[in-house]
Amino acid sequence: MNPTVIMPELTLDWDLCAKVLTGFIQSEVRRAGFRRVIVGVSGGVDSSLAVTLAAAAMGPGNVWGISMPYQASSPESLTHAQLIADRLEVNLFQVDITPQIDAYFAAFPDADHIRRGNKMARERMTILYDHSARLEALVLGTSNKTELLLGYGTLYGDMASALNPIGDLYKTQVRCLAAHLDVPAEIVGKKPSADLWVGQTDEDELGFSYEAVDRLLYYLVDRRYERPALIELGFEAQFVEAVSRRIQSSQYKRRPPVIAKVSGRTIDRDFRYPRDWGV
Amino acid sequence: MDKFTLGIAQLAPVLGDLERNLALHEKILREAEGQGVDLLLFPELSLTGYFLKDMVPSVALTPRDSRLDFLKRASRGMAIVVGFVEESSDHRFFNAAAYFDDGKLRHVHRKLYLPTYGLFDEQRYFAQGDKLRAFDTRFGRMALTICEDLWHPATAYLAALDGAQVILCVSASPGRGLRPGGTFANAAAWEHLNRAYAQLFTCFLCFCNRVGYEDGACFWGGSEVIAPTGEALVRAPQLEEALLTVTIDRREVQRERIANPLLRDERLDLTIRELKRITRELERILRARAKGTR
Repeated sequence: MNPTVIMPELTLDWDLCAKVLTGFIQSEVRRAGFRRVIVGVSGGVDSSLAVTLAAAAMGPGNVWGISMPYQASSPESLTHAQLIADRLEVNLFQVDITPQIDAYFAAFPDADHIRRGNKMARERMTILYDHSARLEALVLGTSNKTELLLGYGTLYGDMASALNPIGDLYKTQVRCLAAHLDVPAEIVGKKPSADLWVGQTDEDELGFSYEAVDRLLYYLVDRRYERPALIELGFEAQFVEAVSRRIQSSQYKRRPPVIAKVSGRTIDRDFRYPRDWGV
Repeated sequence: MDKFTLGIAQLAPVLGDLERNLALHEKILREAEGQGVDLLLFPELSLTGYFLKDMVPSVALTPRDSRLDFLKRASRGMAIVVGFVEESSDHRFFNAAAYFDDGKLRHVHRKLYLPTYGLFDEQRYFAQGDKLRAFDTRFGRMALTICEDLWHPATAYLAALDGAQVILCVSASPGRGLRPGGTFANAAAWEHLNRAYAQLFTCFLCFCNRVGYEDGACFWGGSEVIAPTGEALVRAPQLEEALLTVTIDRREVQRERIANPLLRDERLDLTIRELKRITRELERILRARAKGTR
């Protein structure tokens, strides 16, 4: 796979894209009264891109990465986290989550790998937010548009953040922008994995490649193509069906919890203020 | 005055903070004075920010509000256009722009076309303006428009036929579509519109867009002034704050209208006749449909 070859439909002006996203980080962080950001650095391309953009936006000294391995995490993940941190000269420290995960599951030994994976993602979130308070640093999100649409993330786990610079970029766009910004080729080119259990890869678990699903998502979501038009483009009906179902069934993950309406003005229904309210 | 200096303040207002935005305007006014600006444009909703949602009533002003007095005072030396939320006496709220000159409020334009699609939701919060009037200034006859107004060619057409030789457009345009080419897809579209209007109506087109971010959306800037020839006289950078100045020579309108007498040949009678026919036919269809559903 050459990670920097991308469908023409998904090709962006990478320089301008980087400029918009660094400007976004600067603006959001400063207006909230902060100057530092903190990122969970996994050694994968999403967090490597987020940390690269953050270093450009806030200066490397204001960027804190935490790598949070579990004992089963691939050693390559740690090497790559260190590689990107060294290259950018951002701060990096490590918190091993093995003791807290193992202590918890000692009481629930029959928990399956999904429960364990979700628990790890949520432990990492609590660690990030704890150090967010300690360092007065905002938590930067690293979920891309592909995984947000597919619901391929843990609610209140890796999906939690104060601001997300890459949430409107598909995975293949994340790779291209990362390559454009000189994220090392071994990070950009490796098989994407949540690294929640040994040998896990995103594409095995999802059942399709990012190249294929990004192209479908582009026509389905961005261009609002209906099913017959998608099939005309050469997508298999089953693939279209499976992806559409995933988007629909994960909608709850992309919204705040639903509130039972009793008053005349309910939060997020008819009490509507921008997130950047007065900042 | 054949020649005047136009200033464009491509700024990033603070969302929902009138006090801070008033201070920001004062600061830029002083800068512009130092640069000999005769007419200074601020972008759409420059006093309030754009994605206000439920804040609209709390940042609204009546044109008589004393908080606008400093603009009246400052307009003794330089004409000023600002964007604000206008509350009418019957408590409707308008996305409006005001033209101050010689110590007085001279003209208010209420946005005619309120985008309510995609990331826009203006009709939820604002009432529609219902007038487009060119007005006389000491720099010649002008029309003031707001952003989406110019995505409806009737706006520019009416402005030109009402005698405007300078069309001012204040805008808060969020960038969408980052395909290769160095700009947002909608920014490229704006470039086409601005040039087309200037050329078709042989007038100056002065486009003042804002910068900054609100709720993740990025206002792209790129303010520009297009001469009646369709040629860009000046262009502000994308995404960055700027105070742009340019000399406008009104004789260019005359020169271009001699070379290209498009407006002389405009068939207003034909347009009105055909519009009336189209209206009659639409009404007939609507009446027939109403009968059919009974």
